[in-house]
Amino acid sequence: MALLVAAGSACAQTAPLPALPAPPVQPVQAKFTVVLDAAHGGSDLGARLQGDVLEKDITLTLAMRLGTVLRGQGIDVVTTRTSDANLTPEKRADTANAALSAACVVIHATATGSGVHLYTSALNPAARQALQPWATAQAAYVTQSLKLEAEIDTALAHAQIPVTLGRASVAPMDNMTCPTVAVEVAPLVGGHVTEGREITDGGYQKSVVDALAAALESWRNDWKQ
Amino acid sequence: MISRANKILFSVLLLACVIMAAVLIRLRNRAQDRLQAEATVAPESIAEGTASAPTQVTLYVPNDLDGTLTAVPRSLALPADRNAQARVLLEKLVEAFGAPGSTHAMSVVSGINEVYFLPVAQAAGQTSSGAQEAVVDLSGALAAAQPSGIEPETLTLLAMMATLHANLPAVTEVHFLVDGQPKDTLAGHADLTRTYLASEANPEPVESGAAQ
Repeated sequence: MALLVAAGSACAQTAPLPALPAPPVQPVQAKFTVVLDAAHGGSDLGARLQGDVLEKDITLTLAMRLGTVLRGQGIDVVTTRTSDANLTPEKRADTANAALSAACVVIHATATGSGVHLYTSALNPAARQALQPWATAQAAYVTQSLKLEAEIDTALAHAQIPVTLGRASVAPMDNMTCPTVAVEVAPLVGGHVTEGREITDGGYQKSVVDALAAALESWRNDWKQ
Repeated sequence: MISRANKILFSVLLLACVIMAAVLIRLRNRAQDRLQAEATVAPESIAEGTASAPTQVTLYVPNDLDGTLTAVPRSLALPADRNAQARVLLEKLVEAFGAPGSTHAMSVVSGINEVYFLPVAQAAGQTSSGAQEAVVDLSGALAAAQPSGIEPETLTLLAMMATLHANLPAVTEVHFLVDGQPKDTLAGHADLTRTYLASEANPEPVESGAAQ
């Protein structure tokens, strides 16, 4: 039996006036909240990056830095983990879905490629329902996820960071009921206009975090459209 | 004191050794030249089943730097058996991953255990379209050698799907196993629990607004 995700539990609390048609399902809370999911953690080490650096540590560092910047901008932030914790994909999606957030950013890191890889769910867009099937809950948010991805792409381009866009099936993105983008940070390979930088370079991490914060600030104005 | 007869015998033996060495070196060079000429002229032949005449195939090789797949034409003598054809195609693709200067570097000797085909399930009342699902059994060695990350893992799967679909168009769906068993992810990221549509492997480059 397929699991279902309640996408509009808030609407059950407000009864519509008798003379008016029922209000549309409001999938997210009015307040602008961002969920940051630092991928991996605990015994799930993720990728082995430069030297002995582990992906789970880099993702946590990036999530904490981004969370600090966003809170400084007055944005509510929910993080799936703030320590080296072992979390199942289901738990991560549950935390994100409970936040009724305007944006979910899943943070990964890899040793291959260059710059930042942005991925949205490979699910086909589907109409939003009151109850979303757990396995394909993200389908109703794919269109918004692509818009959020475009905002992040633009902000990274401003920061002169190369971006690769794609669609992928990566847990727990397909189970999330919010506009969701996986941000995978790779080292910066030197090119004509870019200087090579390692993923552990604090300055490079700051550039990525600042670009993400700028994109989410911009999304604050656009997310309801 | 060495007798004159011994001196003559020693000289003759030394001369014979020199002549034999020269002959052996000449024969070795001839054999090397012959092997090089065969490797240059003949297409790669596959020692499996009855190999047909060489045919043009297309391998889709990923580029980690820009996330694209590049079509690489190759001439291969494919075996007659369809399952073996699919396996050979994917083996050649994995070999390309490990080639010097590869844009999707991976060091693995053998990556594909087997490829099986199933008819794609049709809705009740519909006739069979001939579409097939390929079940690709990857080796544990490939999964272990696969660089971990969303992009590198996704590109590996997309390259295999695109290569299968381009050369065996009846393949419309692809499912992946590792050493004959279902596995959650390839190397910690790309989902292997689902069945992929071959159409998801779009070899066209994805445009981005970022400076390279």
